[in-house]
Amino acid sequence: MQGYLWFAAKRFVQLLAVIFFGVSAMFVVTYLSPIDPVEQVLGRLSARSNLSPEAIAATRAALTEMFGTNQPVLTQYFNFWSRLLRGDLGASLMAFPTPAMELVLRALPWTLGLLLTSTAITFVVGNLLGGLAGYFQNSRWLKAFGIVSMGLQPIPYYIVAFIILIVFGFLWPVLPISGGFAMDVRPGWTWSFILSVLQHSLLPALSLVLVGLGGWFIGMRALVSNIVTEDYVTYAELAGVRRDTIVGGYVIRNALVPQVTALAMVIGGVFSGTVITEQVFNYPGMGSLLVDAVNAGDYSTVLAVCTISIAAVALAIFIVDLLHPLLDPRVRAE
Amino acid sequence: MFAVFRDLIRYNIEFTIGLILVGIVAIFAALSFFSPVDPSQIYLAIPDQPPSAQYWFGTNSRGQDLFWQLSAAFRNSLLFGITVAVLSRIISIAVGLAAGYLGGWVDRVLMFINDIFVAVPIFPILVLFYFVLRNHMDSFTMALIMACFGWPFDARLIRSVALGLKHREFTRHAVFAGMSTRKVLLEEHLPYVMPIVFSTFMNNMLWSIGMEVTLAVLGFTNINNPTIGTVLYWANSHSAMVVGVWWWVVIPVILIVITFLGLFLLAVSMNEYIDPRSRLRRMGA
Repeated sequence: MQGYLWFAAKRFVQLLAVIFFGVSAMFVVTYLSPIDPVEQVLGRLSARSNLSPEAIAATRAALTEMFGTNQPVLTQYFNFWSRLLRGDLGASLMAFPTPAMELVLRALPWTLGLLLTSTAITFVVGNLLGGLAGYFQNSRWLKAFGIVSMGLQPIPYYIVAFIILIVFGFLWPVLPISGGFAMDVRPGWTWSFILSVLQHSLLPALSLVLVGLGGWFIGMRALVSNIVTEDYVTYAELAGVRRDTIVGGYVIRNALVPQVTALAMVIGGVFSGTVITEQVFNYPGMGSLLVDAVNAGDYSTVLAVCTISIAAVALAIFIVDLLHPLLDPRVRAE
Repeated sequence: MFAVFRDLIRYNIEFTIGLILVGIVAIFAALSFFSPVDPSQIYLAIPDQPPSAQYWFGTNSRGQDLFWQLSAAFRNSLLFGITVAVLSRIISIAVGLAAGYLGGWVDRVLMFINDIFVAVPIFPILVLFYFVLRNHMDSFTMALIMACFGWPFDARLIRSVALGLKHREFTRHAVFAGMSTRKVLLEEHLPYVMPIVFSTFMNNMLWSIGMEVTLAVLGFTNINNPTIGTVLYWANSHSAMVVGVWWWVVIPVILIVITFLGLFLLAVSMNEYIDPRSRLRRMGA
């Protein structure tokens, strides 16, 4: 237990370091950029209404005060952090005057729900089938599945999502292809709303699962087919240990350790996949918000989405890392 | 080196298929050097022509001959992938060999930095770069940024090999003979990690081209520079599938699948070649 706490503490320091460096890198990028947020906001405000020159000057002064762009770099950096820690990244420009953070927090549950369920399904199904395919190497069904997932594996998210859109949108329209829930349902904890949300999430989730499944399957099959040749598996077979104990308890369990490590790494990349998926299926998550914000030139919202996604990914990796020793006794002993 | 390739082609069907697929795409991309039209110009041909003897891949709604357009796009994307892969390989080799061989504090510091780079999600950062740079974001800048993030996994792999090499007999001989650290790393250890470098090279290209497609499809790159991603971006923004210009989407998708499958098979077969156990099984031993 002592060792585990020490391990968890080390990982926690790493989590903080990742967030710290990620957010600092973002500050540097925005600081070095040729775009001045004050002029950006001003341009949008004056485009919408007729402002007198005095009003523009007054607004510019107020905005400079708000963004603090007239202060030295270090002061700006510390201000950036202190505002961030209070959860404040300024007002969104495209939905003025809603705070950018509020927009992000509204979009976050959608993305989290989509990501968690599809990643979980992909991981469990892919590893289970891959493990079985590695052990029973003569099964015709699993071989066929291997070939299909081999072919699916290198196709970009966008293409798969688009194919699903064409198939279910035009050829066989049984599921909704756009939005987070039906227009005529009122959001709330009612059955019709939950049902509608589930219905709308099916296709985006399906596209994520289809793309992700192959990687786990192929990885697990390779791991298991190596483990099967190990001596202890042969001994277990000779000693008459039950088949399902060997497959589940010895082979898959041991092969799962590197796969869990891979899970932590994959999570970092999944976000880009969800952005595409959300964009294609018009799903109201962080991805759609990010795309809208970039297109609208919404400075604060882009920053807020990036910050939250860095923090979320770092947190997810931290959690996977904490689960890791439960599977692998070597990490526990470390 | 050539013996390795001959063996791979002879015993490894995946490698051969991968090589053929990548070869087809490479030749197609190389044709763009002889292109009779400027790929950045629009309305040079009759728009929306289906594939025919005159326009092999048809023309798109912007009046571009898709054959030459795609040829230029694949050249740019492949060059982009190669640039990212070469640059990030240099970092990963340097970090991996140094961390594995020197060990101690150097190793710990390098791996701490490595862990951070593994965990920082690159997509939001690239979007942010595009957002603040806008018109200054050319493909070399993007390649540079992606190279800065594409090394950590592979550095770890190389480190694990270097850790093993460190305790081998020949390393000790080299050190006792007075070889400098730099020489030991470059002349003694580097050849051993080259197979890994090649296989991760393909993976890195896959990753970077895929990332470019993702960004470009959303319109987050210089959309006037023809690449795999921007071809899809324009097809999507003209609703090519909906108005029936199917060849604008289907032909690039087929080529993308060929490219990605080819690179993927090359990476997989190289990986397998590195692992002696699976190589033995394949040869029937």
